[in-house]
Amino acid sequence: MPETLFEKVWNRHVVQAETPDAPAVLYIDLHLVHEVTSPQAFSEIESRGLKVRRPDRTFATLDHSTPTLPADASGERPYYTPASKAQVETLEANCARHSVSLAGWDSADRGVVHVMGPELGLTQPGMTVVCGDSHTATHGAFGALAFGIGTSEVGHVLATQCLLQRKAKTMRVTVDGQLQPGVSGKDVALAVIARLGFGGGTGFVVEYAGEAIRSLDMEGRMTVCNMSIEAGARAGMVAPDQTTVDWLKGKKHAPDAAVWDQTVADWLSLASDPGARFDAEIEIDGAGIRPMATWGTTPDAGSAIGEPVPAPHDASGEKALAYMGFTPGEATTDHTVDVVFIGSCTNGRLPDLRAAAEVLRGRKVKPGLRMLVVPGSEAVRRDAEAEGLHTVFTDAGAEWRIPGCSMCLAMNGDMVAPGQLAVSTSNRNFEGRQGPGSRTILASPATAAATAIMGVLTDPRVFLMEAVNA
Amino acid sequence: MPDPFKSLTSKAVVLSQSNIDTDQIIPGRFLSTTSREGLGSWAFYDWRYESDGSPKPEAILNRIDPRERRILLAGKNFACGSSREHAPWALMDYGFRAVVSTEIADIFTSNALKNGFLPIVVDQATWDDLAAHADQPITVDLETSTIQRGNAEPVAFSVESFARQCLLDGVDTLGWLQARLPDIEAFERRKETA
Ligand code: SF4
Repeated sequence: MPETLFEKVWNRHVVQAETPDAPAVLYIDLHLVHEVTSPQAFSEIESRGLKVRRPDRTFATLDHSTPTLPADASGERPYYTPASKAQVETLEANCARHSVSLAGWDSADRGVVHVMGPELGLTQPGMTVVCGDSHTATHGAFGALAFGIGTSEVGHVLATQCLLQRKAKTMRVTVDGQLQPGVSGKDVALAVIARLGFGGGTGFVVEYAGEAIRSLDMEGRMTVCNMSIEAGARAGMVAPDQTTVDWLKGKKHAPDAAVWDQTVADWLSLASDPGARFDAEIEIDGAGIRPMATWGTTPDAGSAIGEPVPAPHDASGEKALAYMGFTPGEATTDHTVDVVFIGSCTNGRLPDLRAAAEVLRGRKVKPGLRMLVVPGSEAVRRDAEAEGLHTVFTDAGAEWRIPGCSMCLAMNGDMVAPGQLAVSTSNRNFEGRQGPGSRTILASPATAAATAIMGVLTDPRVFLMEAVNA
Repeated sequence: MPDPFKSLTSKAVVLSQSNIDTDQIIPGRFLSTTSREGLGSWAFYDWRYESDGSPKPEAILNRIDPRERRILLAGKNFACGSSREHAPWALMDYGFRAVVSTEIADIFTSNALKNGFLPIVVDQATWDDLAAHADQPITVDLETSTIQRGNAEPVAFSVESFARQCLLDGVDTLGWLQARLPDIEAFERRKETA
C-alpha cells in the first residue's frame, strides 16, 4: 500500500502497536529541552529515583528566560526576575546531574531551541523529534516527525525515551505555482493558516507539498512548518529532497562521510508514495500569495497587506477588533506602529535577517519607532556579524541583541508596552502575548523592515522594486 | 500521578469567547517557575487584573466562588496555542476540574488528562443548553462518560480510552511506560545495529 511520509516515519518508531485500549508506544530519536517546560519533569523523575535514560539523545538550551542584553562588568546578567535566573540555574544543574549536553551561556551553539537543533544537524530526516514546546513542528521541515509535548510527557521521554501516542490523521496542503518576488515562507505560512482557520488542523499532521514549497530554502520551510500549530496541527512536514540534503551536509552532528550516501538514499526514500491517501487535501495557489499581515488576535486573522479588515462574524471577532483598535472595512496601513521585532524560531535565521537588512540598508528607522533585532542563535549572530548585517541594523537605528526568544513571548522582560502596536516576525498575535496590553501584527522580516522605515504597516515590495530599478 | 477522576457535580462558569489561548489562561511572564504548585493566582491574570495589579471588579472570574463552580464552559477551540502544562496546572489550582467546549486543542487535551483535569467536547446544541442554564449543577461522570444537567437527558462524550482508564483507576502513566522497558530496549538494539 502506498504510504505517506508521516506513515513511513511513524512506522519506523513503533515499539508497541496501538490497540483500542492503549496508544502506541512511540520511540523518540531526539529530545530537545529548554528551561521553561523541563524543571517539573526533572523533579518528577528524580522523585522516583530515575535518571535520564538516554542523555545521548537529549540536548538542552537556554532561550526563553534569558536576557538579550549582555552581562555587566562583574559578569551578572540582567535577568528580568530572580525567578528567571533560578529557572536557568535549575536547567544548568539538572543537565549537570543527568549528563545532558547543554548549550549554555558559554556555548557557541546556544540558540532558540528550534533554531539550534537544525543548525547543529541534530534534526535529521526520518527522525522523531519532541520538545516541551508547541513550535517543535519546525523540525518537520526536514521530513522528521516533530511535535510539541507537555511537561508530564517530557518526563516520560527523559525516563523512557518513549511516548504514548495515538496516530494522527493526515492532511496534505499543496501550494503550487511560483511565489512572487518579495513573498517569503512567512507569507506562505500566514496564507495557509488563514485558509485552514485557527483550529482547522486540529488532530492532523500536515504535509506541505507543491512547487511553491519545494522552491523554499530550508529556512523558509522551517518557517512554514513552525506555524503548523497556529492552525491547530500537531506537526507539519516537508519531504526531504536535494535542498534538505545539501543543507545538512557538513553540519556538526550530520552523518559521517562513511555512511553519508547510504543515509541520503534512505532520506530521499521517505517522500510520500504516489497514490498515498491523506485524510484531507487542501490546495492553495502559491502565485496568488501576496505579503501578508494579521489584523486580529489569532494567527489565522490575516490577509494581504492593504486589504480591508473584514466585518467580524461573532462576539469573539468583535472583541479582537476592539482590542486591536481596528475598524471593519479599513486597511490597517494607516495606524502608527510603535515597535518592530525581528527574531524568534519562526524568523530569526540568517536569510530572515538578510531579507530585513536588504530593505533597511542605507535607510533609517522612523523616529519614535523602536526596532529590536534578535538573532535566533549564536551561530546566526556570528554569521550575520561576519556579513555586517548587524551594522545595517544599528546604523538604521535598531537595537541588535544577543540570541533568545525575547519579545516573541516577552517572558525575559523584552516587552511591548500596554497599548503599543507591534509588527513582529514571531508566530502569535494573542492578546498580551508580547506584554500586557500589547497589540501584535504578524508579518515577514521584509515587511517588518519596511514598516520600521515607514512607521506604518508597509508592503516591502515598494523597496524591493526600488532595488531592482536602481 | 493524576488525581483519580470519577464524577463531579458542580455549577459552571461560562467564558463564551472562542479561541481562548494558553497566553490568556496563564500569560508567558508567569512561566518562570520551577514548581507546578500555586499557579492559580496567575490563571486568567490579564482578564482578572489591571496592569497596576488591582482586580477588575467586572471580571466574572473575580465575582464567582471557584469552589462552587468547578466546571468551565468555554468557547470553541479552547486552550489553543502553547504546549505549556502550566495551563491545566493553573486552572486546577484556581479550582476547576473540567472544561466543556465544542473544540479543545490537542496538546492541552493530552496535558489535562495527565493531571486529572477533564476536557470534554460536546456539540453546539449541548453547549448552548448548558450555557443557558449555567446556574444549575452539571454532573460530569467519567465512568458512564456522560454529562448531565439537572434531570435532563444525559449526553455522552468520549475520552481517549487509555487516558480514561488511567483516570478512573489512578494508573500512573510513567510507571506503565516503564513496564515496557524490555520492549523499548529490544527496539533500540534492533534500531541501533541496523
Ligand atoms: S521563539 Fe517564541 S515560539 Fe519560538 S520557542 Fe521561543 S517563545 Fe516559543
